[in-house]
Amino acid sequence: MSSDQPFITDESQVVTETRDARMTGQGDRFNSRLREAFGSSPFILTKFDKFLNWCRGSSMFMLQFGIACCSIEMMHTYAVKHDLDRFGSGVPRASPRQADVMIVPGTIVSKFAPRMKRVYDQMPEPKFVVGMGSCTISGGPFQEGYNVIKGAEEVIPIDIHVPGCPPRPEALVYGVVKLQERVANGEAAPVTVKPYELEEFSDLERDELVDKLADQIDDDELVMRYNFADSP
Amino acid sequence: MSLERPDTVDDGAVERTPDELEALLGDLVVDRDDHLNAPGFVIRPDTVQETLSVLKEQAGYDHLSVVSAQEYENRYESIYHLKKYDDPTQEVSVVVPADKDDPVSESAEPVFRTADWHEREAYDLIGIEYDDHPDLRRILLPETWQGHPLSMDYDKDRPQIATLPEHANPLQDHHKDEESDTMFLNIGPHHPATHGVLHLKTVLDGEQVVDVEPDIGYLHRSEEQMAQNGTYRHQIMPYPDRWDYISAGLLNEWAYARAAEDLADIEVPEYAQVIRTMGAEMCRIAAHMLALATFALDINGDFTATFMYAINDRERVQNLLEDLTGQRLMFNYFRLGGVVWDLPEPRDEFFSKTRDFLDQLPESIEEYHNLITSNEIFQMRTIDTGVLPPEVAKNYGATGPVARGSGVDYDLRRDDPYGYYDELDWDVITEDGCDNFSRLLVRMREVEESAKIIEQCVDLLEDWPEDERNIQANVPRTLRPDDDTEIYRAVEAAKGELGIYIRADGTDKPARFKIRSPCFSNLQTLPEMANGEYIPDVVAALGSLDIVLGEVDR
Repeated sequence: MSSDQPFITDESQVVTETRDARMTGQGDRFNSRLREAFGSSPFILTKFDKFLNWCRGSSMFMLQFGIACCSIEMMHTYAVKHDLDRFGSGVPRASPRQADVMIVPGTIVSKFAPRMKRVYDQMPEPKFVVGMGSCTISGGPFQEGYNVIKGAEEVIPIDIHVPGCPPRPEALVYGVVKLQERVANGEAAPVTVKPYELEEFSDLERDELVDKLADQIDDDELVMRYNFADSP
Repeated sequence: MSLERPDTVDDGAVERTPDELEALLGDLVVDRDDHLNAPGFVIRPDTVQETLSVLKEQAGYDHLSVVSAQEYENRYESIYHLKKYDDPTQEVSVVVPADKDDPVSESAEPVFRTADWHEREAYDLIGIEYDDHPDLRRILLPETWQGHPLSMDYDKDRPQIATLPEHANPLQDHHKDEESDTMFLNIGPHHPATHGVLHLKTVLDGEQVVDVEPDIGYLHRSEEQMAQNGTYRHQIMPYPDRWDYISAGLLNEWAYARAAEDLADIEVPEYAQVIRTMGAEMCRIAAHMLALATFALDINGDFTATFMYAINDRERVQNLLEDLTGQRLMFNYFRLGGVVWDLPEPRDEFFSKTRDFLDQLPESIEEYHNLITSNEIFQMRTIDTGVLPPEVAKNYGATGPVARGSGVDYDLRRDDPYGYYDELDWDVITEDGCDNFSRLLVRMREVEESAKIIEQCVDLLEDWPEDERNIQANVPRTLRPDDDTEIYRAVEAAKGELGIYIRADGTDKPARFKIRSPCFSNLQTLPEMANGEYIPDVVAALGSLDIVLGEVDR
């Protein structure tokens, strides 16, 4: 036992090694493929937008947004084994104001669509949406339902659709990585026609239904009008 | 000397024949309309409270499972499915016809508190009005909806308007004085603690909750209509997976399978029953693991260790279920009369995987106990908060771990046996604490019981003779149960009594398909548990109820 000799770090030794490493250049562990690509120059020349897009795509903040069955598989995607964090898009944010990607994991029904639109509107630009599961594509198995919106794209624009009922976590990971690729390349969602929008009640076209509800709803209340007959 | 009047005393255990019940009800009964599961008494719409009080107080029918409403060519009808907490095989249906032009019926809410929401749902979807109901509003659909979607003249192509209302404080006026002032707080429908799209309208006085009102319907996917549009044999079975989607798929499928098999008189081979029992208990473990994970999330905060550990255990069960059924979450494995295919080959590998899982389970449960139940902070948050006394639980029709956490010894696997449960050796878990902690403890101990069941099933399946492995009974390609037969059958799902009411009309599709969801009734107890408590206790109480919105809203 070396009780008379307490454990001492030789600080001068550490300092010397660190200084030497700095003077002689990076150690092997800093030699990424990215660095190799840059060659010997420590500077890169790129377009600002391109650089920013690359940053955006490499660090995505998801919105913690559970709707239906798919949210269970979404939780598995975030958690151990599948661990979405590996791809730089891990930790879900509880507030839409801190998030830039929204995964829509489930069926959208009439009562929820205005709320989802509101949550989407609260997210700061630039924002992206991954539609998870068949319900966000077309209403999925519930398409015939009297209360079901036939796809999330009727309400908000969607960048990536991940099909499945529900998609496996691997499929969702693939979808998110595809989104990251698109973001890094500066591609935005295609322009889509969204039939269902939030609008003030007084802005609706007057018809039989609006007249009937006029005494129940205030003029400045936000509403969404569904035309189920025209839905696909 | 007893002062109790003999004619009102009933210990609930006395079983009465249908004729004795009819004699007890006397003039109240206008007609008989027996269902396959229970005698049915037709009564006048203005005698609902009287009839139900007699049945509750004098005959011991203290559990109103569900109110199922429907529209016929010539009348509306509400059916009150009653049973006893002590012996759920004793059932009775009270059938209340209402006028076609002016469907009004008396509310059962003063007798059974649980009727509140069930009657609101009947009003919302069918259009029956209930006299004397405290708060008859739409419950699942937006308030501005036009028409009642499960009534006969509903036009599903008509346009609708849904609002995004600014909520006013309902208690503001009569709670504002010098000492106190209330504040209205919306929790949800998008909120991490609501386990999905639940909206809680909360009124606070400082940090304390004065009033909390769950607002549901944000995931109302017309499940009943979907089932009514599907054929019995194949088209309905995929939907139950999506009611309670927390991996409880097989338990839900069993609810439909049990109701439809009893309706069409199908005998299930014993071998298939053992596989069903094993698969169902695996689902129960997966479901309880997620309940544990999210409860720890609610109490401890962000994505913490307990959540990750529990998800890890879920992955293991899901791997087994995937081997068995071919899917991770939406199994679609049961068929009427059995299961779709046999155990995966090689069978030995499946058995050894299952045993490996069971072997490591006690260790991980030990770990959960170390992490949460013996954690002092966790105990302070959960013990004696969210108290639900047994009598209140019964009045609200609470079942499953919520009822068993309040000491109500009610488990359909034992009390109304189905599958292979009565041949196996396992216990029903109850806890007397009535608080958030007991409900969690019930779930954790039930996982151990489920493991016991699975182990016995594996033993049985291993030794099953090869030529007797009959996975499906011979069921006709098209099922057409007799016209006007009605049945209500329930199973013990992960959250409690999951029941299905089916009325057949002689075609290959059900004329009425009503789902009795345990979460729907359990969620109704939330105000009882939360009012007067602090706001973090509301979150704890909600987490301990373990609701799943797909099943609440259907």
